[in-house]
Amino acid sequence: MSAKPILSVEGLGKRFEVGGGLLRRPAQVHAVVDASFEVAERACLGLVGESGCGKSTLARCLLRLVEPDEGRIVFEGEDVRSLDGPALRRLRRRMQMVFQDPYASLNPRRTVRQTLAEPLVVHGLATGEAVDARVEAALAEVGLPPDSAPRFPHEFSGGQRQRIGIARALVLEPRFIVADEPVSALDVSVQAQVLKLLEALRERHGLSMLFVSHDLGVVRHVCDRVAVMYLGRVVEEAPVPDIFDRPLHPYTRMLRAASPVPDARARFSLPRVEGEIPSAMDPPGGCAFHPRCPSALARCAKERPALADLRGGHRVACFLHSPEAAP
Amino acid sequence: MSAPAAVLPARGWTRRFRANPTSWLGVALIAAVVLAALLASTIWPLDPLEQNVAERLMAPTAAHPLGTDTFGRDVLARLLHAARISLLIGAFSIALAMTIGSAIGIAAGYLGGWFDAAVTSLLDVLLSFPTLLLGLMVVAMLGPSMGNLVIAIAITELAPFARVARAPTITLKGRDFVEAGRALGFSDLRLVVVHIIPNLLSEVVVVASLWLATAIRTEASLSFIGLGVKPPTATWGGMIREGFENILDAPWLALAPSLAILVTVLGLNLLGDGLRDAIDPRARRD
Amino acid sequence: MTEPLLEVRDLTVEFRSGGAWHPAVRNVDLSIAPRETLAVVGESGSGKSVTALAVMGLVPAPAGRIAAGSSIRLSGRELVGLGERELDRVRGDRVAMIFQEPMTALNPTMTVGEQVAESVRAHRGLGAQAARREALRVLDLVKVPSAARRMDDYPHQFSGGMRQRVMIAMALACHPAVLLADEPTTALDVTIQAQVLSLVEDLKREHGLGVLFITHNLGVVALIADRVAVMYAGEVVETAPAAELFETPRHPYTEALLASMPRVDRDVGALEPIQGNVPSIREIGPGCAFAPRCAHAQARCRESRPRLEPEGAARSVRCWLRTASP
Ligand SMILES: Nc1ncnc2c1ncn2[C@@H]1O[C@H](COP(=O)(O)OP(=O)(O)OP(=O)(O)O)[C@@H](O)[C@H]1O
Ligand SMILES: Nc1ncnc2c1ncn2[C@@H]1O[C@H](COP(=O)(O)OP(=O)(O)OP(=O)(O)O)[C@@H](O)[C@H]1O
Ligand code: SF4
Ligand code: SF4
Ligand SMILES: [Mg+2]
Ligand SMILES: [Mg+2]
Repeated sequence: MSAKPILSVEGLGKRFEVGGGLLRRPAQVHAVVDASFEVAERACLGLVGESGCGKSTLARCLLRLVEPDEGRIVFEGEDVRSLDGPALRRLRRRMQMVFQDPYASLNPRRTVRQTLAEPLVVHGLATGEAVDARVEAALAEVGLPPDSAPRFPHEFSGGQRQRIGIARALVLEPRFIVADEPVSALDVSVQAQVLKLLEALRERHGLSMLFVSHDLGVVRHVCDRVAVMYLGRVVEEAPVPDIFDRPLHPYTRMLRAASPVPDARARFSLPRVEGEIPSAMDPPGGCAFHPRCPSALARCAKERPALADLRGGHRVACFLHSPEAAP
Repeated sequence: MSAPAAVLPARGWTRRFRANPTSWLGVALIAAVVLAALLASTIWPLDPLEQNVAERLMAPTAAHPLGTDTFGRDVLARLLHAARISLLIGAFSIALAMTIGSAIGIAAGYLGGWFDAAVTSLLDVLLSFPTLLLGLMVVAMLGPSMGNLVIAIAITELAPFARVARAPTITLKGRDFVEAGRALGFSDLRLVVVHIIPNLLSEVVVVASLWLATAIRTEASLSFIGLGVKPPTATWGGMIREGFENILDAPWLALAPSLAILVTVLGLNLLGDGLRDAIDPRARRD
Repeated sequence: MTEPLLEVRDLTVEFRSGGAWHPAVRNVDLSIAPRETLAVVGESGSGKSVTALAVMGLVPAPAGRIAAGSSIRLSGRELVGLGERELDRVRGDRVAMIFQEPMTALNPTMTVGEQVAESVRAHRGLGAQAARREALRVLDLVKVPSAARRMDDYPHQFSGGMRQRVMIAMALACHPAVLLADEPTTALDVTIQAQVLSLVEDLKREHGLGVLFITHNLGVVALIADRVAVMYAGEVVETAPAAELFETPRHPYTEALLASMPRVDRDVGALEPIQGNVPSIREIGPGCAFAPRCAHAQARCRESRPRLEPEGAARSVRCWLRTASP
């Protein structure tokens, strides 16, 4: 990668234990396994994959909202996993999160002003009238009228609430935004408003972003590069045009083929997608995709393909494209 | 449209509370009892402790509307002053139980892990004792005094408060707005105090009004057995016990404090139910 | 043209709010022929679900009612005004609905097999054994994997896609002529969505169903719809064969919807969001409901409401721009 990465992640892993009791041993969910990627300065990396494949867990690990079990996260030259106390708080000024559910992500008992002022006060960035000025600026920035400040979240529509959530992430003037499905809960028209806002803010503040979504259309529009996850692992990562127009991994192709396009001429016969998503609790051996893969080879059930670098910054983990097996 | 789920009181709950006539009845009953307790000496200026052997066990008259007891003391004066003691003991014990119980529940819910498991099992043990038996054991251990009575009653009611605070804490802890707070670098203390407690307070208050009724009953029962406030101070339970000895000759002695307890407990239950119906989103119809 | 299975004329559904009746669905006309999929699209709150509920006779009383003058004909038979018992027979027998949220529509305490069998028994009067066999047959039909074994599982043991297929199985068990599907794939992953959509497509082809498919995803519409009705603020604003709608949208709202949607297949340049929000049913003025957000609005648009006018043989539009001057 040419540009200097602002964030680089190496071998990140997170397991959850579920269903343990007094006598029963808990089962393990491998939510994220050996994830590695970089996000360049001012770039936006999309993260796509089916429900439950570990996108949110990975996103939360970056901010240490979930403690990773293994791996390295380096943000602006700092080892995120070793941070503690005040250093962790300082990290959280520079890296912020936007959430999916505009209803659950705002405290219903706090006014918009309280919600936006609290981070400023906690981090000692402003006092007295300066706080109000910055709250007002933040509201203007996300396109909400100044008289929103004394109102409560329930007085706003979903799209407006999402703007409040974005304003809250921005008041600390972060360098990096982790957005976990920020538009999935919104109507198409409102979704377009919020996407446009994010675009403008990225431009204006030179933000870098990790953008989680299951809507490939949205990702194509917003991101520069895309990482595709399947059952906790990154199986393909490439610049946007490559992923969408020349996908290599059979799973990426399946996702792409199943994503509907608003054009009746493109009315392809519906792809016959076979098989359920296997459980992350008991992932298949070898290449985890092999039970659903239309091109599976004999070795796919036994060996796991390594994530190999092809030309042009295209990485893929599939024997069809690189014979390299993971150790 | 995804509804804002559970835990959070439905909007407009004050309006619903006010629209419910039975909650008003509860408010009226409680207001009457509290006023009577506060204005005891003004309403009925006789001394509740003044004995007059000549006027023992008199049936109700104009001078003594509720009659007199074995020591010739005026029952109405005793009833009114007893209201103060009973309400005070109830209120103090509930305040104590609510503060400590909720704190335990919130800590267990927020911290989770082995601490939560330990607290939960302990609460289960505590809950498996009948309230009165538990109170009895504590008072027997500490010795009967007003302070110990408050402590004993508070201990019997820790568990319900802990439970009621723990469940929503767990839900709220997982809510995105709390997670967002962590991402913004807020401390755990701030998250609990500013973002969690205000969102579960209403439920705790409902439980408080319902358990205050139980606290008053427990105090009465303990005093009835003789483990409560020492005579000659009047409490409702103590008065019932003294009245019981003469239940055939002077039934009003036991009847008056029993009715007082009944009215208070009824009032508190109506109030609590009204609050719960108004706040509980499942009762919502809009 | 074949005789329509379902024909909705001038349907108006009102809800009581703040002491007055407000229409949530206004003068809606729709029709569905056998083997036809009519997609109903529109933003949240545009009245799609209410329309389907009205066809099912499930408008919640007393808060809601179907206004006088509305007509819903199923294979020629008028449904508006039928009693509860007759409606019950029509529901399930002739028309079935797949609800928006499968987890709330399935009973968590009954096994999947029992629930499907129960709906078979209720509508077809089969015995317990026969109903169970029939349940297994339809569960196989909707491709619940190893249905014989899994029909004794409870809903929470199924994945979202499988639950959705159970809902479809229940709807199909009664051999309806018309299937109303209310956003049956919104909660699903794209790959599972593709499975469910192709299932509906097969059933339509094999059993001659008419399908009313509610969605707000224009991509899904392009995949499965024969005709499309675009709804806005309780009204149908445009109907057209699917191919023509995407090719030449005629209503400004349809145009705006298409322009606001990012696409997987190509770069769209700048998105053009529609400013503002769908009005609530209480704040609809006398003019065109879209006027406050419409880029082409003129004075006339704010004063009087355009009618749904036919355009050519197969299309209709509700917009003053498309109406020949009076
Ligand atoms: N706190 C937790 N405890 C146990 N398991 C968890 C926890 N959080 C996530 N998981 C499991 O980890 C896996 C990955 O979950 P995650 O939420 O990261 O998926 P996701 O890709 O974001 O899915 P979605 O698209 O549905 O949001 C899932 O199998 C999930 O059940
Ligand atoms: N029971 C009800 N009481 C009052 N108003 C109602 C009721 N049900 C629906 N409405 C109103 O009717 C309008 C249309 O609602 P409807 O559920 O049909 O929208 P929809 O198009 O299905 O939206 P979505 O995409 O969110 O499902 C909305 O404005 C809604 O507020
Ligand atoms: S490695 Fe084998 S199973 Fe996995 S995606 Fe490639 S071909 Fe399919
Ligand atoms: S009638 Fe007027 S306001 Fe309505 S859609 Fe047409 S041009 Fe726009
Ligand atoms: Mg997620
Ligand atoms: Mg709907």
